[in-house]
Amino acid sequence: MLTYALRRLLLAIPTLLLISLIIFLMVDLAPGSPMSEIPRSIPPEARQKMIEALGADQPVLVRYLLWLRQFFLIEPAYLIDGWFGTSLGGGAQRILSWQSRAPVFDVIGQRLGQTMTVIGAGYVIAVLIAVPIGVYSAYRHYSWFDQVGTFIAMIGYSVPTFFTGVLLIVIFAVNLGWFPSYYDTSLTVTDFATFKRQVWQMALPVTVLALFHAAEISRYTRSSMLDNLGQDYVRTARAKGLLEPQVVLKHALRNSLIPVVTVLALGMPSIFGGSIIVEQVFKVNGIGAALIGAIVANDLPMVQTLTFIFAVLIVVFNLVADLLYGMLDPRIRYE
Amino acid sequence: MLDHAIPEDLVTVEGLTMHFPIHAGVFRRRVGAVRAVDGVSFSIARGETLGLVGESGCGKSTVGRALLRLCEPTAGRVVIDGEDVTTLDAARLRAKRPAMQMVFQDPQASLNPRMTLKQIIAEPLNVHTGWDTDRKLARVRELMEAVGLDRRFVNRFPHEFSGGQRQRVGIARALALNPKFVVCDEPIAALDVSIQAQIVNLLEDLQERSGLTYLFISHDLSMVRHIADRVAVMYLGRIAELSPREALFARPLHPYAEALLSAVPRADPSRAAGRRRIVLKGDVPSAARMPPGCNFSTRCPRAFDRCRTEIPRLAEVEPGRQVACHLFDPTKPAAG
Repeated sequence: MLTYALRRLLLAIPTLLLISLIIFLMVDLAPGSPMSEIPRSIPPEARQKMIEALGADQPVLVRYLLWLRQFFLIEPAYLIDGWFGTSLGGGAQRILSWQSRAPVFDVIGQRLGQTMTVIGAGYVIAVLIAVPIGVYSAYRHYSWFDQVGTFIAMIGYSVPTFFTGVLLIVIFAVNLGWFPSYYDTSLTVTDFATFKRQVWQMALPVTVLALFHAAEISRYTRSSMLDNLGQDYVRTARAKGLLEPQVVLKHALRNSLIPVVTVLALGMPSIFGGSIIVEQVFKVNGIGAALIGAIVANDLPMVQTLTFIFAVLIVVFNLVADLLYGMLDPRIRYE
Repeated sequence: MLDHAIPEDLVTVEGLTMHFPIHAGVFRRRVGAVRAVDGVSFSIARGETLGLVGESGCGKSTVGRALLRLCEPTAGRVVIDGEDVTTLDAARLRAKRPAMQMVFQDPQASLNPRMTLKQIIAEPLNVHTGWDTDRKLARVRELMEAVGLDRRFVNRFPHEFSGGQRQRVGIARALALNPKFVVCDEPIAALDVSIQAQIVNLLEDLQERSGLTYLFISHDLSMVRHIADRVAVMYLGRIAELSPREALFARPLHPYAEALLSAVPRADPSRAAGRRRIVLKGDVPSAARMPPGCNFSTRCPRAFDRCRTEIPRLAEVEPGRQVACHLFDPTKPAAG
């Protein structure tokens, strides 16, 4: 297992280098440049100096190699400095946002908390409600519970989040006035009152996300459970005289969760990446919002870095899903 | 072979019926039923092996499952060791499980892939006995030895074994609680020919040692001939003939049994050349739309008018031989 993981990690290096090059070139060659953001009233010499200060006058290949060095060597050095108080970074140039001139990773650090809280909570709640629903739907399939579940899952999956989000705002924030219509990023939880406000303002975005993810996960759980409940070993378990909950939860569910866990692992990068749409609708100032802002402002280093981090996470969680599969299913052995 | 002077029946089945409803249309109304098993009656004496043969889809496996209430029969009584299994509530049925067990057809699919041999075999012990871990492990080892598995394999997973070994695990699992009655649902169908004989011999040894009673379901006539004391031939959800093994194989009475047995290959070429092969015309009718009268009347070479209107009843026509066919009806002589 360990050698397999190491081999996969080694193989991931050329993959990631290729991805980084493609991302860098695509973002760089896309129309729109930071130069167009500089007001026309600024004299050409000053304009030239600003471009040079950004490093935007260098050829694209040079900028790519510099960015690689910054991403893989300098930024980790600063990260270690931040943890252990060392000075490995040595004042080297970090990846700077062209928008704010702040290091990109500092911006990510500030935004990550919001994203993880809201999107992460949505994902966790989705799993908590989806798995029992999926199990029961499969156990009593074609019952009214299953039919209603199928209908809701179809709605949850097919109606886009920008629609359900706005719908919930109209109903619960505007008409009923139960919840705030937007997420206040500046709120810090210090006592019970602020904690309550935090829960209240999270309610709507979390509901939207939970509905969407729960629809998907409950479908996976249901079909996987149905597969397993029809298997002979479930009949064997019944013939052994086990209690029905033991048959369903111990035998069928444990085997059914193998593909579900894989799907969950593959969905993890999206928690980090945030849901761009939900963050936009509810004004959650997270990673997704940062990416949109950077795209609008032609902030190339920010876009390149964020996109590349997503790519890294997807590669890593693919590996995690494969390893989990090997751990959960004794029939699969990696070497 | 039997210990008792008068063979006492361990299993008595009366009018066992298993219909699966068919729903169709927009409102999923019930439009009919698949008559998988349609009024099957037989009994099995203690220590006896009853073979149950028939072609695919004739309801053999459904009979086996309904007997152990692994599916709920539509009608009928199944008395196992003096208790009607079909009317037991969930708790009493569970308490009854140790006495009746099943060996399944597919040894790969019938073992939970995430459990080790020890867990698989010991699980019935967890449920039905209050034994401590050591005693259970000792029993698991004892069972593994009884079925011819190396006791060092206790911590391995089912996928690490060959098909024959897996079926031995399935048998050990079924025997864990000392059952009286074991349904063997095509236990050898998924195995190599060379392994089949080993498993059948193992089942016979175990029967001799622990006085087991078997219902041996199979489509392999030569294996049934080897292991069974009496044989029931099923066609389309009903028993066509139930006879002692020797009598059935020497001289089948029911036209279907005759046709079925004529398909058994003979090892002796001189006899094989002379045998009369009865080839039935047409296909088996759908169990959802049974022909009126005898269900075999559509293909029977000897069918006459009465066969198409009246269902023949299983009746004893010779000592120990039951046949469901109007040809043997003593009240009316066969009209050809």
